[in-house]
Amino acid sequence: MKNESVNANRRSASPELRTNGPGPVDRRGFLTRGVQAAGALAAGGVVSTAGAQTRTGESIGVQFPSWMTTEGASMRAYGQPSKFEEPVKRLVGQLYGKVAEGAGASFTPLQSLRGTITPNGLHYERHHNGVPDIDPARHKLLIHGLVRKSLAFDVAALTRYPMVSRTCFIECAANSVRNTLPKAQNVACGAIHGLVSCSEWTGVPLAVLLNEAGVDADARWLLAEGADSASMSRSIPLTKALDDALIALYQNGERLRPEQGYPLRLLLPGWEGNTNVKWLHRIKLTDGPTHTRDETSRYTDLMRDGKARQFTFEMGVKSVITQPSGGMTMQGAGLYELSGLAWSGAGRVARVDVSADGGATWRHAMLQAPVLPKSLTRFHLPWNWNGAPAMLQSRATDEKGNVQESRSSWNALYSPANRLHNTMIQTWAVNADGSVKNVYA
Amino acid sequence: MCTHKRTVIGLAVAALLAACATPLMRPQAPPQGLNLGRIVAADEIKAWDVSIPPSGVGLPPGSGSVKQGAAVYAAKCEACHGANGAGKPVVALVGGQGTLASDNPVRTVGSYWPYATTLFDYVRRAMPTTAPKSLTDSEVYAVCAYVLQLNGIVAQDAVMNAQTLPQVRMPNRDGFIDYSGK
Repeated sequence: MKNESVNANRRSASPELRTNGPGPVDRRGFLTRGVQAAGALAAGGVVSTAGAQTRTGESIGVQFPSWMTTEGASMRAYGQPSKFEEPVKRLVGQLYGKVAEGAGASFTPLQSLRGTITPNGLHYERHHNGVPDIDPARHKLLIHGLVRKSLAFDVAALTRYPMVSRTCFIECAANSVRNTLPKAQNVACGAIHGLVSCSEWTGVPLAVLLNEAGVDADARWLLAEGADSASMSRSIPLTKALDDALIALYQNGERLRPEQGYPLRLLLPGWEGNTNVKWLHRIKLTDGPTHTRDETSRYTDLMRDGKARQFTFEMGVKSVITQPSGGMTMQGAGLYELSGLAWSGAGRVARVDVSADGGATWRHAMLQAPVLPKSLTRFHLPWNWNGAPAMLQSRATDEKGNVQESRSSWNALYSPANRLHNTMIQTWAVNADGSVKNVYA
Repeated sequence: MCTHKRTVIGLAVAALLAACATPLMRPQAPPQGLNLGRIVAADEIKAWDVSIPPSGVGLPPGSGSVKQGAAVYAAKCEACHGANGAGKPVVALVGGQGTLASDNPVRTVGSYWPYATTLFDYVRRAMPTTAPKSLTDSEVYAVCAYVLQLNGIVAQDAVMNAQTLPQVRMPNRDGFIDYSGK
C-alpha cells in the first residue's frame, strides 16, 4: 500500500502549547489554535490568488485549473469515488491461492477512512468458498425444526415486514491476526485490523419471524445456514435470536452487496463476524448446538492448557489509532490530531485512553458523538509531536467496565497458536525520521 | 391481543424510551402477525435439512469402508489435502494428537475435532471446494472412515454408516469449554 502522509498543522504549534516530551495536548487548546491556523491559511490563499491576476485583454480562464474551464461530466446512474481515490481499496488475502480462490478475506483500509461508517464497497469480506450469485426471486428463508409450523419466506414477503435499522460493527474473530504472529509486520493499519467494519443495517427482527413459526418450549439453539457453496453454518443460542438479531436486507440504505450476503444475512450485533451468517437460507430450531465445522475445528480459541473455548461469541473491547498508523510518514514536528476507532461487543465504548510514550502515561481521548452500542466509535486527541521517537497506543474501556487487554495479558491467556479474538493494544512507533511502524510493546 | 394489554405494553415502551439517553429502536413484533411465510411440507424440509448434530439424527442411509474411502480420497481430496491427509497445499487432516498444550499445537481432525458427525456434515455440504455437494452419501461415509482410520481412531476394517459414525469417540471430545453462557 502506498504511503500516506499525515497533515501537520504546523502553524498552530506555538511554544506555549508544547508539552514536555511527546505527550498528547489538551483538546481545547488545539481547537483554539486550529481556528487561528485556519484564518492564517485563508489569508495566505488571498495573497496567492492576487499574484495571478489577468492582464488586460486576457480572459480569466488562465487563472483557473482545467476543471473550471471545461464542461463537467454528466450525471451517472450509480456513483463511484474520484479516480484520485483509486488507491483506497480493500487488501485481498487468499488463504490457498488458486487452489481455492474464494477462501480468504479482504481488509477494510481503516487508515484511509474517517468517521465511523464503512462504505459498502470497502466493508471487509470473509468467505469460506467464494461469493454466491443468488437470484433473489429463487431465494427463500426456511424456518423449521422445533417450531409449531415450518415456514418459508421469499424475499419479496420479507420486504413487507416492518423493518428496523441498527448501526453496528461486524468484526471477524480473526481480526488483527497479523499481530499474533511472532514478529511485528510493517504493514498498514487496515492490513492488521481491517477485518472490522461498521454499517447501518436494516431488516426484519428475527424474533418476529420466530414468533410466527411458534418456537417450541424445548428449543434452546438454532442453526443458521448460508446458501453459499460451503453452506456455512453456525449454532446460535435462542436468547440472542430473540434479543437483537436481525434478518438484514439493507446495508447503509441499499440492498446488501453480494459479498455481504445478498439477498439477506443474519445480523447479530456485537458477535463474531462468522455468526452473522451471509446468504442466509435456513434456520433450524434445535435443543442444542449442532457442532458444525466452523464452531469446532474453526472459531474456537485454543488456550495455554490445550483446552479450547467454544462459542466465544461476543467481541471484546478494543481500539486502534488509525491516523497516524503503520506505513504513514509524519510531516515534521508539530501539532497533529490523533484519530482512531474503538468498539465493544458488550455495549458502548465508555472511554479511550491514549499514550504517546508506550503506556507510561495516558490521556483521555474525546469520543465523537454519537456513541452507539456495539458500534464503531471515533476518538480524537490532539498531539504535539516534538520530533523525538514516540510510541502511540490506545486503550478502550466499555460501559460494562471491560478494559482492552495488553499484549502481555492477552499472550498469557492463549496458546501461541491461537489467532482469534485478538484484542491486544496496538503500538505504533513514530520514529525520528517521521516513519510510523507497527511494533510489539 | 386485548386493548388493555396493548396499552400496558405501549406505556412500558414509552417509559423505556424515556429512560434512555439515546432512544433505541427495539425490535418489536407487529400487533398482528403478517404471517407471510408459506407453510412447508415435510418432504421439502427433508431436502434442505442436511445438518448433522453429534447425536447423528438425520444421518442418511448408505455406508462406506476405509478401503472405499481411500479410493474416493485419492480421486477427490488428495490434490489439496496431500497423500495420507498430510496437508499441502491446504490443511492437514491427520496428526497432532497430544500437541494441543504445547508451544506448537497441530490441530487436525484427529487431534482437535470433537465429533465425527461434524466430518460427515462438513464434507457432504462443503467438499470438495471445486464441486461441493457432489459426493454420494456412501462416498462421504467412506471418506470419513478413511480419514478417521488415518488418524488411528477407527480400525482398518471399519465401516461408517448412520449407526457407527455417531459412536466414534474422538480423542479431543472433552477438549472444549462451552462459553455460550458466559
